[in-house]
Amino acid sequence: MNWTLVLPELVLALAGLAALVAGVLPKRDTSFAINMGVFGAMLLAAVLVMAQPEGTAFAGQYVSDAFTRFMKLLVLAGAALGLLVAMDWNVKEGLAKFEFPLLLLFSSLGMMVMVSANDLIALYLGLELLSLSLYVIAAFNRDSERSAEAGLKYFILGSLASGLLLYGASLIYGFAGSTNFDRIADAVSATEGVPFGLVVGLVFVLAALAFKVSAVPFHMWTPDVYEGAPTPVTAFFASAPKVAAIALLTRVAAGPFGELVEQWQQVLILASLGSMILGALAAIGQKNIKRLMAYSSIGHIGYALMGLAVGSDLGIRGLLLYMAIYLFTNVGAFAVLVAMRRNGRALEGIDDLAGLGRTDPAMALAMTVFMLSMAGIPPLAGFFGKLYVFLAAVYGGYWTLAVVGVLTSAVSAYYYLRVIKVMYFDAGEALDARPTSLSVVLAGTGLFTVFFFAFPAPFLAAAQAAVAALVG
Amino acid sequence: MNAAGFPLLSLLTFLPLVGAGIILFVRGEEAVVASNARWTALWTSLITFGLSLILWFQFDKSTADFQFVEQMSWMPEFGLGYHMGVDGISVLFVLLSTALTPLCILSSWEAIQSRVREYMIAFLVLETMMVGMFSSLDVVMFYIFFEGVLIPMFLIIGVWGGARRVYAAYKLFLYTLLGSLLMLLAMLVLWYQAGTTSIPAIFELTIAPSTQMWLFLAFFASFAVKVPMWPVHTWLPDAHVEAPTAGSVILAGVLLKMGAYGFLRFSLPLLPQATEWFAPLIFALSVVAVVYTSLVALAQEDMKKLIAYSSVAHMGIVTIGIFTLNHQGISGAIFQMLSHGVVSGALFLCVGVLYDRVHSREIARYGGVAKIMPSYAMVFMLFTMGSVALPGTAGFPGEFLVIVGAWHANPWVAFGAALGMILGAGYMLYLYRRVVFSKITREDLKALLDLSPREYVTFAPLILLTLWMGIYPSSFLSFFEASVAALVSRHEAAMALPRLAGM
Repeated sequence: MNWTLVLPELVLALAGLAALVAGVLPKRDTSFAINMGVFGAMLLAAVLVMAQPEGTAFAGQYVSDAFTRFMKLLVLAGAALGLLVAMDWNVKEGLAKFEFPLLLLFSSLGMMVMVSANDLIALYLGLELLSLSLYVIAAFNRDSERSAEAGLKYFILGSLASGLLLYGASLIYGFAGSTNFDRIADAVSATEGVPFGLVVGLVFVLAALAFKVSAVPFHMWTPDVYEGAPTPVTAFFASAPKVAAIALLTRVAAGPFGELVEQWQQVLILASLGSMILGALAAIGQKNIKRLMAYSSIGHIGYALMGLAVGSDLGIRGLLLYMAIYLFTNVGAFAVLVAMRRNGRALEGIDDLAGLGRTDPAMALAMTVFMLSMAGIPPLAGFFGKLYVFLAAVYGGYWTLAVVGVLTSAVSAYYYLRVIKVMYFDAGEALDARPTSLSVVLAGTGLFTVFFFAFPAPFLAAAQAAVAALVG
Repeated sequence: MNAAGFPLLSLLTFLPLVGAGIILFVRGEEAVVASNARWTALWTSLITFGLSLILWFQFDKSTADFQFVEQMSWMPEFGLGYHMGVDGISVLFVLLSTALTPLCILSSWEAIQSRVREYMIAFLVLETMMVGMFSSLDVVMFYIFFEGVLIPMFLIIGVWGGARRVYAAYKLFLYTLLGSLLMLLAMLVLWYQAGTTSIPAIFELTIAPSTQMWLFLAFFASFAVKVPMWPVHTWLPDAHVEAPTAGSVILAGVLLKMGAYGFLRFSLPLLPQATEWFAPLIFALSVVAVVYTSLVALAQEDMKKLIAYSSVAHMGIVTIGIFTLNHQGISGAIFQMLSHGVVSGALFLCVGVLYDRVHSREIARYGGVAKIMPSYAMVFMLFTMGSVALPGTAGFPGEFLVIVGAWHANPWVAFGAALGMILGAGYMLYLYRRVVFSKITREDLKALLDLSPREYVTFAPLILLTLWMGIYPSSFLSFFEASVAALVSRHEAAMALPRLAGM
């Protein structure tokens, strides 16, 4: 048993337990110290992930390779940024409790297990650890009806998805005789033809994962939960868990069911088309910027899934890059939403951004960069994300996906532009001064988005290595 | 390889960005910031222009090859490279961009009073995008610059524009974006087939005629909107009317040329069969554009709108010239693009001069300006004549060559183009008469001042160019002589192959 292999997860788990004790025992408020401690634990875990050896542990349930490294770094970056974004907000809203960083920490642990899962049981464990933490932080502002409603909604629908997943997993186990991904792959390639029950099981698992990434038609919860949950929680929801769930989806599709490409491809193509179209059209009429971002994230998942749906190495590489770029751009955009506060009250309307171009030019510029990047306008990072998935679709000859992709990009540009229009062309009052932590996040993600084109090589190389590890 | 001995084109492309960066960090009181921003922007654009003159003197006119080539690896995993260079077709457009930018900055000196810093940054970023687009030799880079233009242009129209600026900015952005995204797909196909994104390497491809049709349509969706061709021209009058003067100058002077340049760079050399197949369609659309928009221009009450419609008509002549697929036609089209860049840019500046003083673009608001502003009337007349294509001005050689070329291709098309010239004389002279001649009916017009020294400086280079291009067009035609000849012979060779095979 190679314990050093799971060192990053161990560090997170121990840090979580320590933080739990540190939160409960002292009489005075220790939330800031715990925030910092959790942040440090995430950074330490990231460093350990970079040094993590490759191999499997726990009787093949846990795997570590270039793919898990890429995804875990993204997940940890998303979680750490999410924590940074939330700290000041929580203080201002009176929510600065030690449970918040703790729940983020446990959800990160869950995501790391998801990314490394090489077995249906490990998959379920990771997913549930993540989900339980998320249900609680969605309702973290427990005195707010909307927040409680968001938590409950997410919980009920999430449990349904978990049920689907378990049912699908049991079917797969019934046909393959094992829960291990490698054994399932062997069983799939050993069978002549495609057993119907296996396909049903696979579709159930895909449906559950589609729920987690909020792909159409399992997206219904997204706008309500995004709107109701506290803004920094929404920021977290839209970033790291999406990356982890996409990683899991990719692993399941390309790993054990790699031979069944034609089966899962149909499902994913439909999900991708539906997400792109819904994301583009439904966001147009929104007035609440968190709902707008919810539909925008559905659309982005559609583009990302396009990479997986074409079922090629190039496509998966495009997907990985897309998720990396999406993560940073999205956190940046949400940092702006978290900073939207006037006279101490948090704001959520698109119109509340009016006049930002005059009152806070730096933040308006950053938001412009994020919006244009999400719309896929070159030379910003988002363009390259789209470029790589479209390229994969063209190489594979998936014209419907590619053409619908570009058309929905043009449509979605309309609502991204509306945010810019409100900031620059309309007049409005100044927002409260933004806290330093948000400025740091804005500067970091903004510079990444603008200058990605100049230094893409490390990301491309890492994604390349990840794909090679995944597909073999 | 590189005649200048240093990466000239990269310098031309990114120097304006450096200037924009400097302006970004200017601090202090509003008036000081504004003044510093103006001067920094002016000097940056002047230095860029000065450097670009090296292209004028050192460009080797005897070859159709790409010159001043720079190549660097960028994303080798994808076969993407940083590749720059100019040939006879693109070199003059680089010069046009670098020449018009300082004039635009000068013309905005007093007209723009709010958010001067951001305005100047937007213009310098715009210059980077324009120069970069004309000197890209890599399809992805081309696309990046081609699209990147939209960002500053959206802000220039939306922030400093007129009453309906938001509508106009949106229309410009979404129209162009939709077209360009389809072009992106076509470029991905080329990338797939060639395995690289370098334009010279893609030129080696032979593409199956059935694929060519689809690719042509995808490119057409983008370039036709950008040119703009009838019936997707409707964004242009809105954008022109709402844009600030300098925005209109750049829009008419350079951005409209990007579509026609795209046809020359991609459609013609890469898709010969499809080009031949679609040429009648382009002719039809262009002739409709020339005649219909000229008639529409006759009915306009707004000076800028009138000139905007005249731009659509003139660009119709350009597309006719390009698709004649013979030497005269294509040379004429390129020349017409250059002359239209100078003349229509100058006409928008003329409108801007009146607008700065009276704050109205309505034609009926004026009359008798010649009596109060004689020098202005002279300048305006010269550019009106240039637009009408009077021999001896910049407009003539281009339109004449296009009509000669069109006659070879299809006499009826030549007839349509010539009709456009006649109507052009009609609406321009009608505009000139109503604004400049007749009696002064409004009292406040009597207090107008003639051109200021700054305005003289702005107009002088344009006057010079208009006359030079009209009197001695060879100094410009010689630049693209070899490249156009290569383009035409390349097309004829490509068309000869299947015919031989078919026999």
